[in-house]
Amino acid sequence: MNPFIRPPIAHGLFNKGTNLKRLLDTLDQPVIILDKDLNIIFFNSKTRTISDISSEKALGMPCRYFLKARHCTHDCPLKNPDLKTNKTIIETDILSSSRQIIPVKISFSEVYDSFENKQGYILTIKEPDKEKNKSKIQGEDLNFSSIIGKSPQMEKIYRLLPVLAQSDASILITGETGTGKDLLAEEVHRASERSEGPFIKVNCGALPETLLESELFGHTKGAFTGAVENKPGRFKLAHNGTLFLTEIGDLPLTLQVKLLTFLDDKIVYPLGSTKGFQANVRMIAATHRDLEQMVRDGKFRQDLLFRLNVARLHLPPLREREDDIFLLLNHFLKKFNEALNKKISGFTPEAKSILLKYTYPGNVREVRNIMEYGANVCQDSKITPQDLPAYIQHRAKPLIETFSRNNETLKLFETQDLKQNETISRNETNFSSFSEIEKKLITDALFNAGGNKSKASEILGWGRTTLWRKIKKYEIG
Amino acid sequence: MIEKIIIPISGNEIAPRFDLATEVLILFKEKGEEKPEEKIIVLSHASADEICHMILTEGIETLICCGIEDQFYQYLNWKKIKIIENVAGPFRKAAEKFFKNELKSGDILLKRKIEGVEINEENLYE
Repeated sequence: MNPFIRPPIAHGLFNKGTNLKRLLDTLDQPVIILDKDLNIIFFNSKTRTISDISSEKALGMPCRYFLKARHCTHDCPLKNPDLKTNKTIIETDILSSSRQIIPVKISFSEVYDSFENKQGYILTIKEPDKEKNKSKIQGEDLNFSSIIGKSPQMEKIYRLLPVLAQSDASILITGETGTGKDLLAEEVHRASERSEGPFIKVNCGALPETLLESELFGHTKGAFTGAVENKPGRFKLAHNGTLFLTEIGDLPLTLQVKLLTFLDDKIVYPLGSTKGFQANVRMIAATHRDLEQMVRDGKFRQDLLFRLNVARLHLPPLREREDDIFLLLNHFLKKFNEALNKKISGFTPEAKSILLKYTYPGNVREVRNIMEYGANVCQDSKITPQDLPAYIQHRAKPLIETFSRNNETLKLFETQDLKQNETISRNETNFSSFSEIEKKLITDALFNAGGNKSKASEILGWGRTTLWRKIKKYEIG
Repeated sequence: MIEKIIIPISGNEIAPRFDLATEVLILFKEKGEEKPEEKIIVLSHASADEICHMILTEGIETLICCGIEDQFYQYLNWKKIKIIENVAGPFRKAAEKFFKNELKSGDILLKRKIEGVEINEENLYE
């Protein structure tokens, strides 16, 4: 049977054969199919945007004369005998039929028949993401697309991020819960060369050890009871993209060894298989835990930490980026305003004061939640203290978590600095209000600091201005 | 009268792109002579500007190439150089056809094959 001009038919998709040409013509980007010798077999109608050679003329033509890509001349990825192990997306340029050089991304995949014999290749061509370039420019300025903040700590991250994104190094993101580690990992992926590839996220703390192993590395049919079919692991799914392992601190020690092996030789062995898969994956890990301390405690492998810690990005807690609080409050208010179709223009001075005084132990996630609550509850044009969750109205900093009137011991937990829990012994047992407690705290701090206001403010974990304002308010001294 | 042509090449074939060719073939043929003289020049690096300069200094009248960027096409056109573009295949075959006055833009001079089977006008529409 003649293989040439005839509608290509795909069998096995529907009951009757499917017209492949019509199927591929619906796609929004050029698709070209080549035989093993890199001759053109088929291309879809969108390919006309890059070449006006008719399909009659192009059939059987070497693709280098059809595409005229930069890589065709010296470094054709398809001439590499082991395409699977190499990067299958390249950034190059092609010469269009209008004699224009167009920068493109070409992705290559091998095509196999039902007996797993290689039949040829499929190429998809895409113009580089303009949005990505836009976000890169913004990233250098004030925010990295979806990350909000203009504090010096965040600016440091913005400066580092484009550089790290362009490299292929493993990244370790640290930071308290709610600081935006996941968002940062996604931004790194979006700004990287792998942005066209998949971004696969795995929460190492969410699954039991045995399940996690199969989830990460995959398994073959019959590897264990219940393994009824082959399953590609997350590593394989992330091929040519980024694998984001969140809560890496919760990864069991046995899997840490397996991960370590992967980071060394980049080969994934699914459970029950001796055949490895060379995965081209960039690794980003994140944790809120102190991995150095975990290493000292023997809960985390030091060698794994060294391999993951090629580049480290630390997201500061919100209490260390006070400049960003109001920016974030406005951002989330605007967001929920639009989502809920409300007309809230801002905050009353009292609400603003409460919001700015609060320490946000849940970081950006907490700001978001508070604003979601506020936007839902608010019936006026401005958010008032009544529109804020009750707990934040009574928790201006420092946050008092336990207070026993009957005991002689008053336990104070400062959220400003969770390094220590202070225990203050007191003789007085009757406090009628929060103001009285605060007043007493100030006088005690001043007493302990020998009257030095700077030292007293350090003890209390406040700024000097805050202390001065409160001294005036309570008429102390 | 000497006829001079230039072909950017890659191996035994016409280079797919003018700006990426690192070798050029120059052919001279005096009227009445059967075979042209040929000279292959290896460039230190791919450069469309350098080839354009060579075309003008060597007094070449015709360029045979595959893909050429518009700015170089327009420039050479302005300099009255005849350009036969989008020619694919072995450069010797192209030169042969040119001297027989049979070569035109868009000619594909190689054997087109799909999975080892040659394609021709007869079997194309079967």
